[in-house]
Amino acid sequence: MAAYSINVNGESRSVDVASDTPLLWVLRDSLGLVGTKYGCGIAQCGACTVHVNGTAVRSCSLPVSAVGSSKITTIEGLSKDGSHPVQQAWQEVDVPQCGYCQAGQIMQASALLAKTPKPTDEQIETAMNGNICRCGTYHRIKEAVVLASSKMK
Amino acid sequence: METISKTNRRDFLKLGLTASGGLVLGFHWSNSSALAMGVLNEAALPAGDINFNSYLSISSDDVITIFSPNPELGQNIKTSFPMIVAEELDADWKKVKVMQAALDTKKYERQLTGGSGAIPHSWERLRKAGATARQMLMEAAAKRWNTSASTLKTDTGYVIHPDDRKLTYGELATEASTIPVPTEVKLKDKKDFKIIGQPIHNVDNLEMITGKPLFGLDFYREGMLFAMIQRPASFGMKIKSVDATAAKALPGIVDVVTFKNNVAIVGKSTWEVNKARKVLKVEYEKEGNIESTSDHDRMFKELLAKPEATVKRKDGDVDAAFKSAAKVITREYQCPFLSHAPMEPMNFFAHVRPDGVELVGPSQTPDMARNATATLLGIAPEKITLELTRLGGGFGRRLKADYVLEAAELSSIIKAPVKVIWTREDDMMGGSYRPAVRYRFDAALDANGKLIGYKLRGVGINSGNPTREDNFPSGAVDNLLIESVEHQSPITTGAWRAPITNFLAFAEQAFLDEVALAAKKDPVQFRLELLDKAKQSPAGAIKYDIDRMKGVINLVAEKSGWGKKKDLAQGFSVYFSHRSYVAQVAEVEMKKGTPVLKKIFAASDCGIVVNMSGARQQVMGGIVDGLGHALYGQVTFKDGAAEQRNFNNYRLIRFREVPEVEVHFVDNGIDPTGLGEPALPPTGGAVANAIFKATGKRLYNQPFSLQEEMKAVKLGEKM
Repeated sequence: MAAYSINVNGESRSVDVASDTPLLWVLRDSLGLVGTKYGCGIAQCGACTVHVNGTAVRSCSLPVSAVGSSKITTIEGLSKDGSHPVQQAWQEVDVPQCGYCQAGQIMQASALLAKTPKPTDEQIETAMNGNICRCGTYHRIKEAVVLASSKMK
Repeated sequence: METISKTNRRDFLKLGLTASGGLVLGFHWSNSSALAMGVLNEAALPAGDINFNSYLSISSDDVITIFSPNPELGQNIKTSFPMIVAEELDADWKKVKVMQAALDTKKYERQLTGGSGAIPHSWERLRKAGATARQMLMEAAAKRWNTSASTLKTDTGYVIHPDDRKLTYGELATEASTIPVPTEVKLKDKKDFKIIGQPIHNVDNLEMITGKPLFGLDFYREGMLFAMIQRPASFGMKIKSVDATAAKALPGIVDVVTFKNNVAIVGKSTWEVNKARKVLKVEYEKEGNIESTSDHDRMFKELLAKPEATVKRKDGDVDAAFKSAAKVITREYQCPFLSHAPMEPMNFFAHVRPDGVELVGPSQTPDMARNATATLLGIAPEKITLELTRLGGGFGRRLKADYVLEAAELSSIIKAPVKVIWTREDDMMGGSYRPAVRYRFDAALDANGKLIGYKLRGVGINSGNPTREDNFPSGAVDNLLIESVEHQSPITTGAWRAPITNFLAFAEQAFLDEVALAAKKDPVQFRLELLDKAKQSPAGAIKYDIDRMKGVINLVAEKSGWGKKKDLAQGFSVYFSHRSYVAQVAEVEMKKGTPVLKKIFAASDCGIVVNMSGARQQVMGGIVDGLGHALYGQVTFKDGAAEQRNFNNYRLIRFREVPEVEVHFVDNGIDPTGLGEPALPPTGGAVANAIFKATGKRLYNQPFSLQEEMKAVKLGEKM
């Protein structure tokens, strides 16, 4: 066990965990931020996607010891009230079915749009292809990404 | 299937005031027409055999709360159920608050998710629930205005006087609670629906997109322990010895407990438990058959050739028909095992205390899970509470209570609150799989291309009956034989979204495509002629609705421009499952010698569409699900162990692999017949038939992507 101080959603948080503990389980078990989901544990499904310094990262495969002073943003930190353009678009398009993967989808999409506000179809496909939706909401995810893009300032 | 008998009476119990004042209405369902009704308060509710199927409360501050009893796993029931109540109540949807109800067999019945049955089962009673409350609110207003209720009308949360005075439902709720419950109420004319049929958004959207704790895996209780369970990696093995010394010595580990064939590692966090598991030493020994996919292949061949089989349906004289045939077509189709792989892995919380048991988590069958827990622990079901979380997918996996029982048993042993968590590998290796089945179809055509004989044999591994003997084309062929053969295996299987039909529909619709071609007929015309024959001179019982099936066929043919597109290869499929009908046309375009799946059209007849947004999702999602598993899905076994263990080698369909989907519904005004599953079965057949049209290559086995026929075929990756 070791003490780590990590920056999550703009706050400095201290945790006492083994150095190989994936950020996913630090967020969920130590910090109670359960919006970030476990789906596979091997960076294949994208349910655990968070932002590390603005880049979409699979938190299941990032050990806490590698986080350092990076700024972590989780779904809880994207906005307090669902007002981020991507979250708004997700509601307007009525994307979720079971909803389990959607936080990861939203974090992936919001990282894309932060860097590429007007993505091409190909850029959307490339960015979103790593996030599995078992319910098959891909059509509406695409629609929502395009809508969110139109909302981005 | 359960249906509402029109002769049964539905009665309503008024349950008195809410804490904040207002009306609470329980919807009492009884088969006894003689049961006397009374006005009750909630505390006085009899504990006997009375069932309530939902609750509606209207508070004096105008909040309308509707409890949704059924497990929500993405089929959108938590939005659709309350819409039906709100419609007949004539409520303002914006003021409706929806709550997930815990398991309560005294208040609700059929509190489960399966068989696409919730809406068909509850449609009438939910409407009547809303209409009864509306009637009582009107009576209350009539009293206040000293007029007759028949002169009043309602609109979006108001009762309105002929002179345009109006009162909100909240203002009337307390008075309404003193009105005797009407025995007969008038339901709305369907043309007056304002909420039903609209694209109402998912009531949990905001919580889901902001990452609120909704799912079982998100549930946390102070003092709760975390556990993972090491199960035998191979089916047919049992524990020989356990050495937990190293595991117990690791930080955060509270205990290692062995029960049945399980070794549970209990600790203070998920990761610590997961790490300890890696140093756990468990030896296994043979207990039953150890089977591999190669064994199954041999067994399928033997059982298809075996003279004896269970006859599921026999019409006419099949032997004579095949003897007299001008042409006989015989084809075999292989259905692989599948994992359900819901995105949220199995998990459940249990706290077994001396005075009772608390269960919390995602289950499709909470009542069954509670009863099984009661049996396991030797206690009365009434001692167990079961709170439902949202389910991160189900697909049939959470119909089983194995993971609930594990949690309960473990908690009873360690005497502590515990959540059992499955990893993805646990889910794929210790699962309940879609059964593997091999089918053989035989068709006999006469010299005019008429289908005079039809045979189907399905050989399944723990599949139950792998046929649907009364489905089309049964009834349309004079000489017909449907048989099944079962092989018992240690590999556990279970219902997987659209059980059996999820593959059978592909096999049947691909086969009929070949038969149509051999008969020199257009595949759509061939089906329509068979349906006409079934209508005019049925062979045996007809257990499907011929007109509804023709309706979806004609609609999809019209919308897809069937047969009119010169540069696209179209494939057709139609299937009836779970009371509903769906026809699909898939379109494949050849691009530089490569077939690209461009689009799938779907025409569905599920009766009245309750929620246009949710219904479209069910069709689009069903098609993506059906397509993805037809293309990529399979679990194979080596020495009793699943070879696919995570998403790196159990491939699910991804974003760029889905074609455009165009969704249409038949608008026939009949009561809803279910939509959670019926859009999935037709997809594999439509796609396979389109690939054939484009390439001349027939697909007989799934997953398509691994077949020899697909070596020269690259499916387009275009949305």
